[in-house]
Amino acid sequence: MSNRALPRPRFEAPHPEPGLPEQRSPEQGPKAALKIETTTAPLLQERVSEIPDALFGWVIRLCGFAVVALLGLIVYQLVIGSQLSWHAFGWKFFGQSDWNPVEDQYGALPFIFGTVVSSLLALVIAVPLAVGVAVFITEMCPARLRGILSFTTELLAAIPSVIYGLWAIFVLVPIMRTYVQPFLAKTLGWTSLFTGPAYGYSILTAGVILAIMIIPIISSITREVLTVVPQHQREAVLALGATRWEMIRMGVLRNARAGIMGAIILGLGRALGETMAVTMVIGNRPEIAKSLFAFGYSMASVLANEFSEATGDLYLSALIEIGLALFLVTIVVNALARIMVWSVTRGQPARSVV
Amino acid sequence: MPDTNSNSAAIVIPAITWRRRAMDRLMTGLSILTVVIVLAPLFAIFAYLVYKGVGSINLAFLTQTPRPVGEPGGGMANAIVGSGVILAIASLLGVPLGIGAGIFLSEYGRNRYGDAVRFVSDVMNGVPSIVIGIVAYGLVVMRQKHFSALAGGVALAIMMIPTIARTTEQMLLLVPQAIREAAFGLGVSRWRTTLSITLRTATSGVITGVMLAFARVAGETAPLLFTAFGNQFWNWRLDQPTAALSLQIYTYALSPFDDWHRQAWAGSLVLIVLIVSAVAAVRIVVRRGTLAGA
Repeated sequence: MSNRALPRPRFEAPHPEPGLPEQRSPEQGPKAALKIETTTAPLLQERVSEIPDALFGWVIRLCGFAVVALLGLIVYQLVIGSQLSWHAFGWKFFGQSDWNPVEDQYGALPFIFGTVVSSLLALVIAVPLAVGVAVFITEMCPARLRGILSFTTELLAAIPSVIYGLWAIFVLVPIMRTYVQPFLAKTLGWTSLFTGPAYGYSILTAGVILAIMIIPIISSITREVLTVVPQHQREAVLALGATRWEMIRMGVLRNARAGIMGAIILGLGRALGETMAVTMVIGNRPEIAKSLFAFGYSMASVLANEFSEATGDLYLSALIEIGLALFLVTIVVNALARIMVWSVTRGQPARSVV
Repeated sequence: MPDTNSNSAAIVIPAITWRRRAMDRLMTGLSILTVVIVLAPLFAIFAYLVYKGVGSINLAFLTQTPRPVGEPGGGMANAIVGSGVILAIASLLGVPLGIGAGIFLSEYGRNRYGDAVRFVSDVMNGVPSIVIGIVAYGLVVMRQKHFSALAGGVALAIMMIPTIARTTEQMLLLVPQAIREAAFGLGVSRWRTTLSITLRTATSGVITGVMLAFARVAGETAPLLFTAFGNQFWNWRLDQPTAALSLQIYTYALSPFDDWHRQAWAGSLVLIVLIVSAVAAVRIVVRRGTLAGA
């Protein structure tokens, strides 16, 4: 092997350091040295190999661009589809509570109300539980149990939402109707949040099933965030004579605040867009009621129920506008969450493979 | 792990008062309680699913199509096949594009463009599936003028792409830079290095990502509601309304008939077995894979 046989003098390294920070050395690639050899390299071989390389590079770049284009396509479809409704109602669309396909009057307020209330309820229930589980798995749990627990919580995330809905109809709704709702009415009825007949189907039930569904997401991201808190933080607090709980509070949770917030917001994003399980238990009535026992309707549910049956262009357009609103809200919420999680786990892959 | 109750140590530690200790115990207890509360519904769901599902699955369920409304008997064979067809279309469209985007992110995307694509795919992961359904409706159903398996496949493919792209990227980044350099040093061209060296080394990881994306969309219902639409009969054409397992479960769950409820449970069990075996297969592949120790 002589130097003259070096076939590809004009190679460039893909990138100095994908993922391997130790190798960050400025003297990457012997480009300059190799270029001198250009004249001695076999000409034919070089020509042959350059075209496929360029072609491959462009195909791959196209794939990357396609992801961005897809998002553009989603926005385009939603904006075009909702034009009719936007011109007919303007901003009033989001402030009106009248949803009447017969008279072609559409207002999205009841759906926004249902989505927001059920998602917030879900957060109230899910956050303490999810963070508790994450803290237990990362800080307290014996190593052997850790794998099993994280696998089980992952499994919870793998169940399709339609199965959650099915379970909710046949198990959760009766439980809510016979035990939880009467109990809440008796103890907290004075707040007027828990009044009215207990049908089982209600905004409250939707909140509960949503909570069950978003716990795995919040807890697995919280776990990731907690794992990247440096070990010496824990040791430092312990060395000061703290109990384990004090160590967790001061050394771990405080350091991971932004990341946990991100996890919670990510959970919120999931709850806002969740469709099937909510549709199956929320009662599907476009009303704004004070009581959490009342039927409600969510933005995603109205799409699921009415989209394929929408007669009339304005009806369809109004539904697409609800879809657009849902899309924009989840985009903002998710972007916010991503930034917060990144601020803590920066450098680490989002889902560590360790 | 750190043992906080080591009062017996020789170093003088500020007294741990009963209050602090009680707080410690209380919080430990509470976090164990949260684990119990969280796992309870999981076991409840699985137990109920297996209990109801196993009793409901029979040969007819797996081989027959639905009977007319209200008539007991029949099965979901067409829905099982339909789900397979829709998922196959989705994988055919989504997997190559997703892996391509992943290669872009790891091999060509260590710059501003890459960051943009990375951010967009993370954000797209959070787009509600029902919204994706609307988009597929506009893209395919509106043009074809009717619901179809193709539209359902397109919707699910859109959902798969960002997930696959991000996991593929992470897996490719795990491949040591030295391996790439070795290939370049031997005069292997860049495309060949990427495909036969980098991607090859990360195969098991990439498959993991694909299977996770697959498992995620396999149970999706919302984007199929107005794309694949569902069908009570056999359908072998890609441009016609097609039954899907998840859609059938949804329809049957909301129906007033006990026999359909029974079939909804059976369908759920089939679906969950499909998904869990995909996830479990991933675990096995990962454990055995080349990247397990990397």
